[in-house]
Amino acid sequence: MTHAPATTHTPVATTDKPRLLVIGNGMVGHYCLEQLVERGAHHRYTITVFGEERHRAYDRVHLSDYFSGSDADALALGEADFCARHGIDLRLGEAVTAIDRSARNVVTECGRYAFDQLILATGSYPFVPPIPTPETDDSGHARLVYRTLDDLDRIREAALSLEDREIRRGVVVGGGLLGLEAANALTSLGLEAHVVEFAPRLMPVQLDAEGGDALKRQIEALGVQVHLARATSDIGTGDTHRYRMNFADGEWLETDMIVFSAGIRPQDRLARECGLEIGERGGIVIDDTCHTSDPGIFAIGECALWNGQVFGLVAPGYTMARTAAGCLLDSCEPFGGADMSTKLKLLGVDVGSIGDAHAATEGAVSYRFIDEAGHGYRRLVVSADGKRALGAVLVGDNSYYDTLLQYVQNGIALPADPASLILPQGEGAPLLGADALPESATICSCHNVSKGAVCQAVDAGCTDLGALKGETKASTGCGGCTALLKQVFEHELESRGVEVDRSLCEHFAYTRQELYGLIRVEGIQSFEALHARHGKGRLGCDICKPAIASILASCWNAPITNPSLVPLQDTNDTFMANMQKNGTYSVVPRIPGGEITPDKLIAIGEVAKKYDLYTKITGGQRIDLFGAQLHELPDIWSELIAAGFETGHAYGKSTRTVKSCVGNTWCRYGVQDSVAMALTIENRYKGLRSPHKLKFAVSGCTRECAEAQSKDVGVIATENGWNLYVCGNGGMRPRHGELFATDLDDTELLRIIDRLLMFYIRTADRLQRTSVWRENLEGGLDYLKAVILEDSLRLSGELEAQMQHVVDQYECEWANALKDPDKLKRFRTFVNDKRSDPDIIAVSERDQPRPARPEEIAALAVEVTS
Amino acid sequence: MSELILETEAARSASSSHPVRLCSRADLVAGSGIVAWHDGHQIALFFLPGRPEAADRLSHSPEAAGEPIKPPEAAGELYALDNRDPFSGANVIGRGIIGDLKGELVVASPIYKHHFRLTDGQCLEDPSQRLRTWVVRWNGDDVELLL
Ligand SMILES: Cc1cc2nc3c(=O)[nH]c(=O)nc-3n(C[C@H](O)[C@H](O)[C@H](O)COP(=O)(O)OP(=O)(O)OC[C@H]3O[C@@H](n4cnc5c(N)ncnc54)[C@H](O)[C@@H]3O)c2cc1C
Ligand code: SF4
Ligand code: SF4
Ligand code: FES
Repeated sequence: MTHAPATTHTPVATTDKPRLLVIGNGMVGHYCLEQLVERGAHHRYTITVFGEERHRAYDRVHLSDYFSGSDADALALGEADFCARHGIDLRLGEAVTAIDRSARNVVTECGRYAFDQLILATGSYPFVPPIPTPETDDSGHARLVYRTLDDLDRIREAALSLEDREIRRGVVVGGGLLGLEAANALTSLGLEAHVVEFAPRLMPVQLDAEGGDALKRQIEALGVQVHLARATSDIGTGDTHRYRMNFADGEWLETDMIVFSAGIRPQDRLARECGLEIGERGGIVIDDTCHTSDPGIFAIGECALWNGQVFGLVAPGYTMARTAAGCLLDSCEPFGGADMSTKLKLLGVDVGSIGDAHAATEGAVSYRFIDEAGHGYRRLVVSADGKRALGAVLVGDNSYYDTLLQYVQNGIALPADPASLILPQGEGAPLLGADALPESATICSCHNVSKGAVCQAVDAGCTDLGALKGETKASTGCGGCTALLKQVFEHELESRGVEVDRSLCEHFAYTRQELYGLIRVEGIQSFEALHARHGKGRLGCDICKPAIASILASCWNAPITNPSLVPLQDTNDTFMANMQKNGTYSVVPRIPGGEITPDKLIAIGEVAKKYDLYTKITGGQRIDLFGAQLHELPDIWSELIAAGFETGHAYGKSTRTVKSCVGNTWCRYGVQDSVAMALTIENRYKGLRSPHKLKFAVSGCTRECAEAQSKDVGVIATENGWNLYVCGNGGMRPRHGELFATDLDDTELLRIIDRLLMFYIRTADRLQRTSVWRENLEGGLDYLKAVILEDSLRLSGELEAQMQHVVDQYECEWANALKDPDKLKRFRTFVNDKRSDPDIIAVSERDQPRPARPEEIAALAVEVTS
Repeated sequence: MSELILETEAARSASSSHPVRLCSRADLVAGSGIVAWHDGHQIALFFLPGRPEAADRLSHSPEAAGEPIKPPEAAGELYALDNRDPFSGANVIGRGIIGDLKGELVVASPIYKHHFRLTDGQCLEDPSQRLRTWVVRWNGDDVELLL
């Protein structure tokens, strides 16, 4: 940048084209450039862009990812050479300091630039209330904000400067959307996070009192402390922490840093100073064409004020950008306001707010669902006549969001009982069928894609979801519409008689069930043979290889470390351990039924001590040993096997655990020996590979202490034998198991489980748990009973024989691998060097090792170099 | 800054020396990866065993024939990529599944399943990420790194 100050800068060789300047290279400014290029504006205008930040435009919405693995490059928007390729002059780190409207140019510290058209996309800035801070403090840690990458660097620095303290605390002032994001960031930096909110509830803009309350409880359960209705009057020096915040009510709170997130203000300084019309409370006034009070100047994004309203979300900003780009090319689609509905995950808690969430509309009526146990809350606001949905509030479960949004946005007539839309349903959230949506329904609000646009793309021959996303851009913004887009797309394809492609992947044009059939019927023993006969491409991929390895194992149960099977497995199966986030593994020996002798417990303890492993009891009544490096696995397993253990298959899509209670041996209520049955079941099915993991449990009486009804296979003792429950699930989408058969004796029980599991293995999709499989089974539970109990398909003999084959072939995979030096060859961190991976660094916490966090590693590195 | 310069100096002086032996054919795992250490670098080595028809195809295709990393004989193809997964920061690429997507050879990182092209390390899901690659070749049954 060598322009002499105060000279007028005229780009060379383009003097005949009108000059378009854009101030601000944020999310909306960048999107506007993309829209301009898409419409060919770069051929008609000479475009220059000024960005105050040193980074090119990045994804501010996902700013928090900066603390959880993404760097500035990963957050950047568009290709790095986007501007260069289209002849746009991008001037980063060069802020515009003034606009001279009469001379039609803008001023930066490098010079003056003439314009014919000007776009202001200056966004907004965080508001920091004028609260006095200690005079002696020049660290700035009492006045941090959360908006730019540089802000986040400052926060990280502040956290690192506290490394030596035992308790490091950070306070966020402001309990709105951004404040909670910031609190999350403090937690991920290892700080004790507090949120101080002026209003009597969290997210006062989006949530009502009950919603705010449910959110508060959920967030407090995650360890973030919330202080409501607190106004900070001044900040002084603290006793145990750096600062003390004094509140107007006389209370105080000490902290080591303070992040202000008390609202944003439109960045309208330039506009104000050059005399453009500004709203009473800030914001550059624009009309429906995004023009400011000067017909040659546009304003878009968070700096703009339309109809008395500033929009603090990216989707409305994008809409304004399209309007402005259109106007510059004489095809203006007016901006008509935007929906402020939002759906987000804050600190892992789902929060949604749609339309008139506060029931401000005259005569509006609300339905509310409050779950005090799980701190969930849902509210549906409907019109006085009960015919239309006006708004909604969701806390705890956003699976209701898409459907409710469609009702509100498209004015779809409500069902007779509107409450059903927010009540818990056995089968998950009720979905609005794709065919019920009108053509005008917005599917993706980020990119303004309607159902009609999806239909058009399908009519034009699009049959691939990836291609549809490329063409319409739907689902490439915040990603919130992915599930809905897929649903509408598949529905449209099917309604046109196009068969929806359910191929496993590009290498096999078959479903998992079809491949299972081919492997069985043709007796295929290897991936190569199947691929040569029925596949495409050269090698396969990470979808088909493990899926087919699993089918081969379910059918023939050969050791998975056999050379031809090795390249198929994902790393957990290859190394027979569970990879954790830093590349180390966890080891889980099998402890059938959760029963273990003191000697074996001691053996596990000794191994853990010797190899410095972190130990934790799992939910399946066994012990997980974390932090083993690849080359340590064989030694660890030799010792475990010598102590009488077998592999627990915790790494495989296979039988995991059979949980049990102590049963009638000890328990005064027990009616059967649940432990003995659990041992029988675990020893029978251990090593069975299946489309997804399998969990079992056996309870000794109907009190159900082993939680058998939340398992794939649950067994509950009765006076007369065993009741069998099937297809239950815990986890992300809990489902109660269904009673399948009653009062079975031991032999009957095992025979039915044999059949059921083999039928599941034969017919389920890749990675489909029994619960989802059962829900998708045509004919439902009655059909399943007919097949398994009444043998309606005449399959039971075959299913039982197949299971017996798998049981007979069982061998502990680790014992098998340890016998074969060739198989052990792979368990080396480096082929040519004995060292461990130097990047795996553990620190001690609560007397056990755990992986060092990125900021701890950074701090160590600083220590070493300084 | 000064550290950066030192490092490239070291690399430069190393490059004037001989090719470095990393391991032998017997150390490789067919259709999968292993990891070698060299001078502070973790190099994931992937081995696709030779197939006569692959050798034919390679020697007939002029672009491929110019590539030093693909021996035109049927000894098998070797690819060498940085072992560090940029998305998780863990050194795990050598333990990923290899495959082909739309005709390009790739490895899938075991942590978050991003795909990286074996030939040049480019990440298919994120254009801004590319793994460093090295040139490796056969010398008899040995695998050598060319610096
Ligand atoms: C942590 C966080 C989470 C968010 N989450 C969501 C979400 O989940 N959903 C959602 O819809 N929105 C979310 N938002 C809001 C969203 O990021 C904004 O709506 C969006 O970034 C607005 O885009 P913009 O271009 O108007 O402003 P910005 O992205 O702020 O860009 C403005 C740019 O202009 C530059 N600039 C200002 N003045 C000048 C000048 N004089 N000269 C040169 N350059 C200048 C600024 O430096 C800045 O880079 C979030 C925001 C934050 C901070
Ligand atoms: S399920 Fe019944 S038998 Fe088992 S521990 Fe509970 S009360 Fe006792
Ligand atoms: S719930 Fe499961 S997936 Fe989530 S962090 Fe815990 S172990 Fe990991
Ligand atoms: S709604 Fe954000 S990507 Fe579609």
